[in-house]
Amino acid sequence: MKVHEFQAKDILRKCNVETPNGVVCESVEEVLPALQELGGSTWVVKAQIHAGGRGKGGGVRVVHSKQEAQSAAKSILNQLLVTPQTGPQGQQVRKLLVEEGVSIQAEIYAGLVVDRTRQRVVLMMSPEGGMEIEEVAQRTPEKIFKVHIDPIAGLSDDSANAAARFAGIPEPSVEKAAGFLKALYQAFWENDASLAEINPLVVTESGDVIALDAKMTFDESALYRHPDIVQYRDLDEESPAEIEASEAGLSYISLDGNIGCLVNGAGLAMATMDIIKLYGEEPANFLDVGGGATTDQVIAAFNIMLRNKQVQAVLVNIFGGIMRCDVIAQGLVTALKQIGAQVPVVVRLEGTNVETGRRILNESGLTLITASTMDDAAAKVVEAVRS
Amino acid sequence: MSILINRDTRVITQGMTGKTGRFHTANCREYANGETAFVAGVTPGRGGQEVDGIPVYDTVAQAKQETGATVSVIYVPPPFAAAAIDEAVEAQMDLVICITEGIPVSDMIKTRRKMESSNTVLIGPNCPGVITPDEIKIGIMPGYIHRKGSIGVVSRSGTLTYEVVDQLTKLGIGQSTCVGIGGDPVNGTKHLDVVKWFNEDPETEAIVMCGEIGGTDEEDCGRWIAEHSVKPVAAFIAGATAPPGKRMGHAGAIIAGGKGTAVEKIAVLRECGVHVTENPAGIGELVKTLIS
Repeated sequence: MKVHEFQAKDILRKCNVETPNGVVCESVEEVLPALQELGGSTWVVKAQIHAGGRGKGGGVRVVHSKQEAQSAAKSILNQLLVTPQTGPQGQQVRKLLVEEGVSIQAEIYAGLVVDRTRQRVVLMMSPEGGMEIEEVAQRTPEKIFKVHIDPIAGLSDDSANAAARFAGIPEPSVEKAAGFLKALYQAFWENDASLAEINPLVVTESGDVIALDAKMTFDESALYRHPDIVQYRDLDEESPAEIEASEAGLSYISLDGNIGCLVNGAGLAMATMDIIKLYGEEPANFLDVGGGATTDQVIAAFNIMLRNKQVQAVLVNIFGGIMRCDVIAQGLVTALKQIGAQVPVVVRLEGTNVETGRRILNESGLTLITASTMDDAAAKVVEAVRS
Repeated sequence: MSILINRDTRVITQGMTGKTGRFHTANCREYANGETAFVAGVTPGRGGQEVDGIPVYDTVAQAKQETGATVSVIYVPPPFAAAAIDEAVEAQMDLVICITEGIPVSDMIKTRRKMESSNTVLIGPNCPGVITPDEIKIGIMPGYIHRKGSIGVVSRSGTLTYEVVDQLTKLGIGQSTCVGIGGDPVNGTKHLDVVKWFNEDPETEAIVMCGEIGGTDEEDCGRWIAEHSVKPVAAFIAGATAPPGKRMGHAGAIIAGGKGTAVEKIAVLRECGVHVTENPAGIGELVKTLIS
C-alpha cells in the first residue's frame, strides 16, 4: 500500500526520524496561514500524489515570498500533474505539503527494501542524493553501499556509521546520521514497510540530518496489524475499477489492450495474457478470480472488465482443481445471463468434471464460444475481435 | 524414486481442525497411499481430539514423537502461519510444506533467519504443495491430472502448474514429482534447490521449470544449469505482458526497479542452455522433444 509523502513523514516523526516542519493544504486559502505558522522566508510547495518524479513534472517549487507561494499553489492544486510515473494522463493534485526551506550542506540517498535473494532488509546508501537509485546502480554501482540487516540484531552502530561515512556525511554529523538511519530502520521494520526511500536525506548547514523527502510503501499482507497505517489509504489515488475488484476479492489490473481476461490463479492469468499477445492482440487486463471463482465474483469480474470500452472480447480461462468445472460452469452461466455481455465471450474450461462443465455451457442457450486448449482459446478470441 | 516425498512418507497436518486443513487432508487421504500417509493433526488446545479418525495433538513435537512423521503441511491462517513453521522447524521435521497465502513478509524474514541453523526444508509459503504421482499428494492440487513418470516439475504458481501437468499427462508423459514453491517474495525452497534435487534423482529424466516475473531466482537457477551437467530443462516464464511496478496477484510477481522482467529472464535462461517456450500452451510439446 502506498502513502503520501506527508503521511510517510508523520510515520517517520513518530519514530524519531527528523523531517522539516510542514503543513498540509487542501486549498490555496490555506497556504498563507501555513506560511505564517512555519515562519522564515523560504518555503517549498510540494504536490502530494502517489506517483514519483514530482519534481520533474513541476510539482515541487521552492518559493521566496508569500505571493510566489500562493501562485505556485494555484498552479499545482487541483491540476493534473504529469510525471514520468503517472503516465500521459497525469494525476489530479488534491493536497499540497508546504514546508519550511532548509539550507543544505550535503544531499544523500538512503533507502530500505527487502532483498528477496538474501531474505533480509537491505539499507542502501549513496552520495548521489536526488538521483534515482536505479540509475546510479546502472551507471556507477560502486557508489552504492549496501548493508543487509539481521532481523534479530537490527541495524548495528558500526554498520550505520559505515554507511553514513561511505555516503559522504561530513564527519561532525556522522553520529547524528547513524542515529537517523537506525530510527529509519525502526520505522520500516515496526510498521511492516516494503520500501522506505529518503531521497534526499540532507545535512543542513547547522549539521542536522533530516529527511527532505520520504517515500514509503507497506506490505499488504501485514496491514491487519497496522490499523493506523490503513487509515492513510487514499482511494482518490487508486483506480475505481481496482478498488471495486479488491472489494470483490479479485485481483485486477487495467492494461491497454482490447481482450479482457478472467482467469483463476495469478500464474495462469499472466500466462493467458501472454498467449493473447503471442496470437497478435493485447490483453485489456490482468484478472485473477482466485481458486473459487464463485458466481458473485464472476459477475463482479465481468462488470469491471466490460466497463472498459476498449474491451472487444473476453477470454475466460479456468483450470478447475478442487473447485469442480461443473460448479464453475454453472456460476459462469448464471453470471453471463444476468450481465448480458455485448461482446463475444470465449470460455476455456479444464480440470475436474470438465465434461459436465462443458455440457452446462453448451446447453445454456448463451452464445458462448467454447475452446478446448489455451491455444484454441487464444486463436478463437483473436478471431472474434478481428471479424 | 522421486524427490522429497514418496509412498513411505508420514505426514502431519498443522491447522487440522480448521475448515481448509480438514478439507484438504481428507482429499489427500483419498489419493494413492494417503490413507496411511496422513497420521496426525496439530491444533494447539485441541490435543486428544480426533478429526475424521485422525488423532489431534497440541504440538508438532508431540505429534512427531507419537507417530514418527517427518513431514508437516500447514494450513494455518496467515497471522499464525510463520509461528507454525517455526514450531515445525524446532521439532526438527525434515520437510515443512506451507500452503498458507498472505503471510507478512517480515514474519517470513524472521522465520528464514531462525532456519539458518536448521536442516529442515521449507516449501512455500503460498504454494499448492508437492505430489509424487501414484504415491502421495501433500497439498491442494487435483491429484487425478497427474501420471507417474519421469518429468520433474517445479513452479511458482498453482493453476499454471496444473495446466502444465495436464498437458504432459495428455501427451502420455508422466511426472516424477511436482513441486510448487509458491509466489511469495521471501520463501523457503527456490527453483535452484529443486532443480538440483531433480538432477540427482535417477527417476527424473527431464525438468520443467515454470517461473514468473519478479526477483532473480530463475536467472540464478539458469546460471547454475549452465555451469553443471544437467538433464534437459524446459521453461516458461509468465508475465511477458505485465507492466512494471504492478503486483500481478502473487506478492512476488512484480517488476521493480527495472528488474525481474520476463524478457530478461528468458534471455538469461536461453544463454544458459535452458529450452524456453513463450507459449504456455506449448510446454508439453516442448518436453516431448527433449525426451527419448
